[in-house]
Amino acid sequence: MDAVSVKKRKIRLWPKKRLSHRSRAVDAVIFIFLGIGAVFMGLPLVYSITLSLKPLDELWVFPPTLFPQNPTLKNYSDLFTIMSNSLVPFSKYIFNTVFITGIGTLLHVIIASMCAYGLAKFEFKGKNLLFHMVVLSLMFSGAVTSIPNFMIMRYLGLIDSQLSIIIPAIGSTLGLYLMKQFMEQLPDSILEAARVEGATEVKLFWKIVMPMVKPAWLTLIVFSVQSLWNIGQSIFIYREEQKPLGYALSQIASAGIARAGVGAAVIVVMMSVPIITFIITQSGIIETMSSSGLKE
Amino acid sequence: MVKASKKNLCIFIAPYMIIFTLFTVLPVVISIGLSFTNFNMIQLPKFVGFANYTRLFVNDDLFFTALQNTLFFAVITGPVGYILCFTFAWFINQLPVKLRAFLTLLFYAPSIAGNSFMIWLLAFSEDSYGFVNAFLLNYGIIDKPVLWLTDVKYMKTVAVIVILWQSLGASFLAFIAGLQNVDRTLYEAGMMDGIRNRWQELYYITLPVMRPQLMFGAVMSITGSFGIGSVLTGLFGNPSTDYAAYTIVHHLEDYGGTRFMMGYASAIATILFLIMIGSNKLIQRLLRRIGT
Repeated sequence: MDAVSVKKRKIRLWPKKRLSHRSRAVDAVIFIFLGIGAVFMGLPLVYSITLSLKPLDELWVFPPTLFPQNPTLKNYSDLFTIMSNSLVPFSKYIFNTVFITGIGTLLHVIIASMCAYGLAKFEFKGKNLLFHMVVLSLMFSGAVTSIPNFMIMRYLGLIDSQLSIIIPAIGSTLGLYLMKQFMEQLPDSILEAARVEGATEVKLFWKIVMPMVKPAWLTLIVFSVQSLWNIGQSIFIYREEQKPLGYALSQIASAGIARAGVGAAVIVVMMSVPIITFIITQSGIIETMSSSGLKE
Repeated sequence: MVKASKKNLCIFIAPYMIIFTLFTVLPVVISIGLSFTNFNMIQLPKFVGFANYTRLFVNDDLFFTALQNTLFFAVITGPVGYILCFTFAWFINQLPVKLRAFLTLLFYAPSIAGNSFMIWLLAFSEDSYGFVNAFLLNYGIIDKPVLWLTDVKYMKTVAVIVILWQSLGASFLAFIAGLQNVDRTLYEAGMMDGIRNRWQELYYITLPVMRPQLMFGAVMSITGSFGIGSVLTGLFGNPSTDYAAYTIVHHLEDYGGTRFMMGYASAIATILFLIMIGSNKLIQRLLRRIGT
């Protein structure tokens, strides 16, 4: 077997058992193609990281270099000092985004999972219609609903409140769809057994179902974090002290080319949270997505 | 399956469905309704029948530019993005597990990395410091920096590159997952039945088995590609030169968010809604025939 030793852990480059109709030549071509793809995908992100570590005098070298000669963390500390003159301390922006992301994700996972469980395992009138509407809503995006949403928010008095972002996020349909598809695979026998023992549905849900669908709620967490963390400009929020981190950071980044290093630091900060969450939950996500197929 | 009691329905289904109805269903209904009125947020809506739609199709040149651009981006980045998702997922699936996990992360990262597409601004920067310009200047291919972001000839190409870079999202993950779950014994049975190379294996075995994932991936791709807006604003500003990067979403934001002509904007939104649903349904019908 071909193998490459890296730091005493073997990383195999070729599949262990080769299906005989797959030629090695095509394998090589695939490898090269993937290599080019990987560079195309990864280089901008890697470059963001190295750019954020460059001191000011290295930013405008011609021809442009990839790695900094004297890496520095000054760009990151600058993030805090630049905003120190504004009305709102930088930490408040961080708090806003963490709050929105944390509470929004928590509530979304709980409420959407409960509904998904009901759609997957309960029988009631209108169930198919409801699920059909959910699938239909996957087919159009937020732009269509943004104006009436604004009116609804105004009517509900939620303008300028964090809730105006959190509550719609709870109703995100991708999460409900994935969770319901995943839950459908749960064997009914376990649920029946618990019901015979006298468990209420609520207890059944918390003690049995949720542990079993861990990959799915990990997935919901990642997708929810991804969309909430990156929110910058929101049409519902006006007061400066309620604005999220994405807004503050985009203000910094758009301040001009002299700030390219700080701009890159902004990009790195904003992308690190979703990416790290993904790394932690990756296998769970793949497991969830395997049941995500649209069967009709 | 259990017959749900009223209490259980309230606890489990109601909270989500209330939010869903309020923020997803109701807005669409309101949008369609408002599209038949003139409404400026201050006075009450005034019913005008089809006037908004007539004006859109007869009097609004910018709408047609927006429609053309949207269709261009959707048709190019939608299917191409979809095929790329599948191709990369299929290639990655041929590799062993650890390498697969790393490459999945690498290919998926651009789509979740928020505003990271801004880094492409540096690459395509219009002075001689932009990487593409610097590279071409260095090798003497051009002798002046090219205005990638404002010259109409190049804007669409740059846009397509950046959008494709960011498009390996949920569809990509669904394909990776679907491919991993194809039963290996099917491949072995196929080998005995005479399948000679991996392309036949793909066409006769893999694709039909993966049809549900393919349909899901198509929905995500189409919805995303018609809703392109903020990436283009980030790259080219709004309005872009000659409106070359102006999409229906921009048009909608202009009339709704800037001019407060809510009735007209709702008409635009309704048309976008119909386009999205229409294309999705059409593609679903096409995909249903895979393997039959």
